[in-house]
Parts: sequence; C-alpha cells; structure tokens
Amino acid sequence: MAKIAVLERKCTGCGLCRASCPFDAIEMTDGRPEMNAACRVCGICVKSCPQQALVKLETRSASVDKTQWKDILVFAEVSGGRLHPVGLELIGKARELTAPLGFKVRAALVGSGVGTHAEELRHYGVSEIAVYDDPALGYFRADAYAGCLEDYIRAVKPCVVLVGATSLGRSLAPRLATRFRTGLTADCTKLELRENTDLVQIRPAFGGNIMAQIVTTNTRPQFATVRYKVMNPPARGEEADGVILPRKLPKSVGESKASCVGVTPLPPKKSISDAEILVVGGRGLQKEGDLAMIHTLAALLGGDWAVSRPLVEKGWATNERQIGLSGRTVRPKLIITCGVSGAIQFASCMKDSERIVAINSDRNAPIFDVAHVAIVDDLYKVVPELIEKLKEGRT
Amino acid sequence: MNIFVCIKQVPATNKVQVDEKTGVLRRSGVAGKMNPYDLYALETALRLKERHGGTVTVGTMGPPQAQAVVREAYMMGADDGYVFSDRRLGGADVLATGYTLSQAIRSVGDFDLILCGRQTTDGDTAQVGPAIAEYLGIPHAAWVSRLTPSGDGVDAEQQLQDVIETVHMPFPCLVTVEQDICMPRLPSLKTARAIGDKPVHMLGLDAFPDTDEAHYGLAGSATQVERIFPPANEAEHEVWEDGDNAERLRRALAKWKFI
Ligand SMILES: Cc1cc2nc3c(=O)[nH]c(=O)nc-3n(C[C@H](O)[C@H](O)[C@H](O)COP(=O)(O)OP(=O)(O)OC[C@H]3O[C@@H](n4cnc5c(N)ncnc54)[C@H](O)[C@@H]3O)c2cc1C
Ligand SMILES: Nc1ncnc2c1ncn2[C@@H]1O[C@H](COP(=O)(O)O)[C@@H](O)[C@H]1O
Repeated sequence: MAKIAVLERKCTGCGLCRASCPFDAIEMTDGRPEMNAACRVCGICVKSCPQQALVKLETRSASVDKTQWKDILVFAEVSGGRLHPVGLELIGKARELTAPLGFKVRAALVGSGVGTHAEELRHYGVSEIAVYDDPALGYFRADAYAGCLEDYIRAVKPCVVLVGATSLGRSLAPRLATRFRTGLTADCTKLELRENTDLVQIRPAFGGNIMAQIVTTNTRPQFATVRYKVMNPPARGEEADGVILPRKLPKSVGESKASCVGVTPLPPKKSISDAEILVVGGRGLQKEGDLAMIHTLAALLGGDWAVSRPLVEKGWATNERQIGLSGRTVRPKLIITCGVSGAIQFASCMKDSERIVAINSDRNAPIFDVAHVAIVDDLYKVVPELIEKLKEGRT
Repeated sequence: MNIFVCIKQVPATNKVQVDEKTGVLRRSGVAGKMNPYDLYALETALRLKERHGGTVTVGTMGPPQAQAVVREAYMMGADDGYVFSDRRLGGADVLATGYTLSQAIRSVGDFDLILCGRQTTDGDTAQVGPAIAEYLGIPHAAWVSRLTPSGDGVDAEQQLQDVIETVHMPFPCLVTVEQDICMPRLPSLKTARAIGDKPVHMLGLDAFPDTDEAHYGLAGSATQVERIFPPANEAEHEVWEDGDNAERLRRALAKWKFI
C-alpha cells in the first residue's frame, strides 16, 4: 500500500499541489494539504511541489508467486454465430507478447455449437483451445460464462487474460476479474509484457484527453479488455496445429439464476450518427446524379453517406442525411468530405470524428482546418479514380 | 420494489489538459456534477417506483462534497440518500470500488434491484456495476435498453453486438442501463421545496460489515496507475496537393485498416 506523506517542516502551504491534483483529492486544512478519499497516489502532486515537501511512500504487500502464472489466454467471443474478429486480433497480440518469454497462447470458446470455430482457431498459432459447448450457453449470461472461464483459468493459470472490449466482453470481464480478486483494465489500446510478466496496459482516460498507463503488480491473472480494430490479426496458417480441448460444463453454470426469454436480431443501423464510416457530399457536386459516386464510395467502404445542407435544400437528400447544426452530429471513425467548404455550422458537428479526410479544390477552404488529411484536388478526379481502385482490389 | 441506484460525482468537464513539459495535469478548478449516465439509472428507478410502488435509495462513494449529487437525486424524487466517505476508501480502483459499494449496500438494507449507469465520464470503465454484482453473488445484465418487472424479478434487454437478448433475473439482481432506456426528468423546484434540507446520510468504513481497511481504497486495489501522459497526436495533419491522390488515399485507407 502506498500513500502520499506531507513533510510539515518543508511545506509552505502554497496550495500548488491542490491545483495540480487531477482527482480533486487534496484539501487544505490549517494551511497544510491533506489527501481525501479521491486520492489515487498518482504522484502528480509530488512533482508539483516546489519545496519537495511531498513524498510518495511505498509499502509492499506480499506478492503472488508470479512464476506460477504463465501463458496468455484469449477469450474468443462468438456473437450471432460468428467468431468476433477482435478475438483473432487478440491472438495476434498475444503471440507477439508471449514470444520473448516462451509462453503459449491459449484460447477459450464458450457457447452452443461453437465446434466449427474451434477448428478455425487451430490455424492461428494457438497451442490449446478450450471449448465449452452446451445448449445452456446458447445465450449470454455473464455469471454462467464467467463460470466456464473461471474453470479453465484455475486449470491452466494464465498470467494474462485478454477479452475483446465488446458489449459482451465488457459485461463478462469485470465479473470474472472480481471473482479472482484481481485487476482489470478497461478498453486498452496498447499492451506490453515486462520480463517479470507484468502487463503494461495503456488506455485513454477522461474521454480520450489523456492516456493512462496501468499495471497489476501483486495479483494474477491480469485481465484486460482491448478495443476492436487496434491490434493486428495474424495471417491464417495452412497448418492446423492447435489442440482442441473439450471441457465439461462447470457446475456453477447450472446455478445461474438468469434465463433467456427472448432474442431479437438488431435492426440494421440507420442513423448517420451511428455510422462508423461516412462519405459526405457538398455543393461541390454539380448535379444530383453525381451523388451516385458518393453512394458508391460509401458502399465500397462499408459505410454510409451524408450531405451538407445545400443538398437538402435542393431536395437531393432528406434531412436525416444532413450533418450540421440543423441536421445531425456525427463522430465516425472515418469521414471523407467531398466538395464541402466546412462552414462552422457543418464543421462543428463533425470535427470530433476520429479521422477526417477532406477533398476540396480550394486550398483555403475552412474544412482543411479540421481535416487530418487535406486533399487539395478536384473531387471529380479523386473520387472516381478511388472507386475504380477499390473495385479492382475486390476482384 | 426497493431499488438502490449507484451514482457518482464527476468533474463537470472532461476537457483536462496535460502540460507537455512536466506531464502534469492542468485543471481549472472545475466543479462537480452527477455522472450524466447515472441520471438514466435514477430515472429508470423513479419510473419503476411510480408504476409499481416501493422506494428509491441512492448512494455514492466519494468525498464529502459528493453530497451535492445526492441532493440532486432528492430533487428528482429519490427517497433516501447516502455518501460513503472515509479517508481509508481513497485510491480505489474497480475492484475496491465494487467491494466498497457491495459492503455499503449491504449495510444500508435489503434491495430487490440495484441500478448503475453504463459508465462514468471520469473512471470510464463500465466495470463497477458487474463487479458489485459478483461481490453480492447476484446475477446482472449490462447495456440494458429496456427493463420490465415480471413475476419474481425483471426482464432486461441487454444490447449485444448483433442481437438484443432479453434475460429474466429473479430479485435481487443488478442492471446497468443504456442512455436510450428513458429521458431523465429535470430536478424540480417544487420537490426541492418539499424536501427542504432533508439530510444526506454519511457512512464510513466502520459502518460496513467488513471493517478490515486492507480490503478498501488503495490497499484493496489491484491496479496501479503508473503514468499519465498526453495522447500522441496520431492523426496526421497533412496536406496533399500534386500527385496521384486517389492512390495515396487508397494506401492510407489500407494502412488505417478501413479496406
Ligand atoms: C442557422 C444556420 C444553420 C445552418 N445549418 C447547417 C447545417 O446543419 N448543415 C450544413 O451543412 N450547413 C448548415 N448551414 C449552412 C452553412 O452555413 C453552409 O452554407 C453550408 O454548410 C455550405 O455547404 P457546402 O460546403 O456543401 O457548400 P459550399 O459552401 O458552397 O462549398 C462547396 C465547396 O466545394 C468545393 N468544390 C467545388 N467544386 C469542387 C470540385 N470539383 N472538387 C473539389 N471541391 C470542389 C468548393 O471549393 C467549396 O469549398 C447553416 C446556416 C445557418 C445560417
Ligand atoms: N464511486 C462510485 N459511487 C457510486 N457509484 C459508482 C461509483 N463509481 C462507479 N459507480 C457506478 O458504476 C457505474 C459504472 O462506473 P465506471 O465503472 O466507473 O464506468 C456508474 O455509472 C455508477 O452507477
């Protein structure tokens, strides 16, 4: 257990530490700082003190025997009968992390009729695939799924367990980590493994304004949920060398009090606000028919299309397709604007998109102020050429 | 139906900035507010009570000033409210927060249903709810967009990747709710006048069934924040003018894994 101590002799009561605290955890009592319940012992106040009057005290509690915990276990989520691709991405990462230590990569499949997925996983450099296949697992119940993984984790003692940061994964992982009274870091975007098998986990905090580096030093296993599409999936090997290990349904599954009363497939996403990829047409389009290339590009990228207001006013699209103050706010992973000037009423409602590519022939167009990639070019050249290339890539 | 709602006070803005040189956070004395996602949990509880009877109790772990969010909950119609505050609770991660709240809930009373928001805007893990359920040994459903009482418990629609699965859970159980479950009401002045200065209960560690301080706060936490730093600006601010921009864009799309 660590804490921040105040050296009364050195402290001048200037309050700089209080101002520096990201957690609002310092109160000044009688002109001296005192840490309240919000203190995370991050040490930022220690750095901020001009008098060096604050010190971080570490007291080590007994640690687990880390040598008993080896290998990385990846939970391979099956959703709607499909192997969720994040599972393969995690296997790719796990292989990278384990290589220097000579550890194995293991996978676990939980569900009903998941046998074919186990066969498929054999091609990705996984040494063992534990399979819990039972009609009782045909729908998701966090406690029942946690029971299966608990069973395998107790059997093989992995030092790290990786779970995709999907809805299912983020409901399951906290339940499971709590069962082992160990640490779980949510929604990681970067992972490294130290020689002492501590997992260095990096994740965005405070709405992505800052990054936090987090470690689980005294307990095992170490749990992390990892974002989809940040790690690289490995190539599928010809050889199928992973061993499939069918496991008996643990007793705890039968004890779950939850039961499924209905399953509704989700309707396809409709609102442009839900789209992960958006291609947007603006007044740079000369006639209504030219919107077709915006549709085509969007379809080729697996995304949706949208417009600026003038196109709605011309009746080329409905208001549901309009981005902006009098339309909708969007925040996709990728947005490509074509012939949009980027007026404030438009830009303010899309500027938080993760990646903004703007195509505009006017190098001074304000859209370039918010774009990550500013393409100063004729949209009638770039867009059709790109469409051709994407079509070629398909065949 | 007796409902307990977990609420948290969070900074009113998440626009924190990091000093590039020192790695220190710059914050401009921002005020606190109720975690916006918890408003949906509270509204869900109030509606269930209005329709089916029972009580709504709110509770938060935090510093004494977190009383403000309990008062806000009173103004929306909560019957009773607690702040779990103790120096020894400081530095809690998900594991310790979940434990504290499970102990706190036990010490306050018997509840049929525990509701949480989907996530906080500061901790941002969406993990505390399921952790509480595990400690209490009760079933949970997360990302719930609809909740209806049924028989001896509730039916909860949990939003997964491609499906909505409705699970029935008998009481006691825990549910974390999505934003689209309902529209939260505004705190009402009329209610504010009616409740006057209704007290907020303050409880410390000594009120819990387990008083071993090694299980709480930093001592009871498994994770440690080693470092906080500004995000690298990964997005290029590039200008492409001459050349084969279509090909360049195709390659960039492949690099970013969109194709
Ligand atoms: C109260 C209010 C609310 C508003 N709300 C909205 C709103 O919700 N949404 C909205 O979009 N607007 C809104 N507007 C209008 C907004 O101010 C702009 O007029 C509008 O966004 C401009 O749309 P645009 O960029 O498509 O057209 P323009 O501003 O005409 O821009 C067209 C761009 O295309 C480029 N271009 C032309 N030909 C080519 C080519 N061949 N290749 C590449 N580039 C080319 C030009 O250089 C130009 O920059 C609102 C205005 C007001 C006053
Ligand atoms: N300190 C706390 N006090 C009360 N409830 C909390 C606290 N932290 C988290 N919660 C609850 O748990 C949910 C998820 O929080 P988090 O895991 O921090 O994203 C929140 O929406 C709250 O309902």
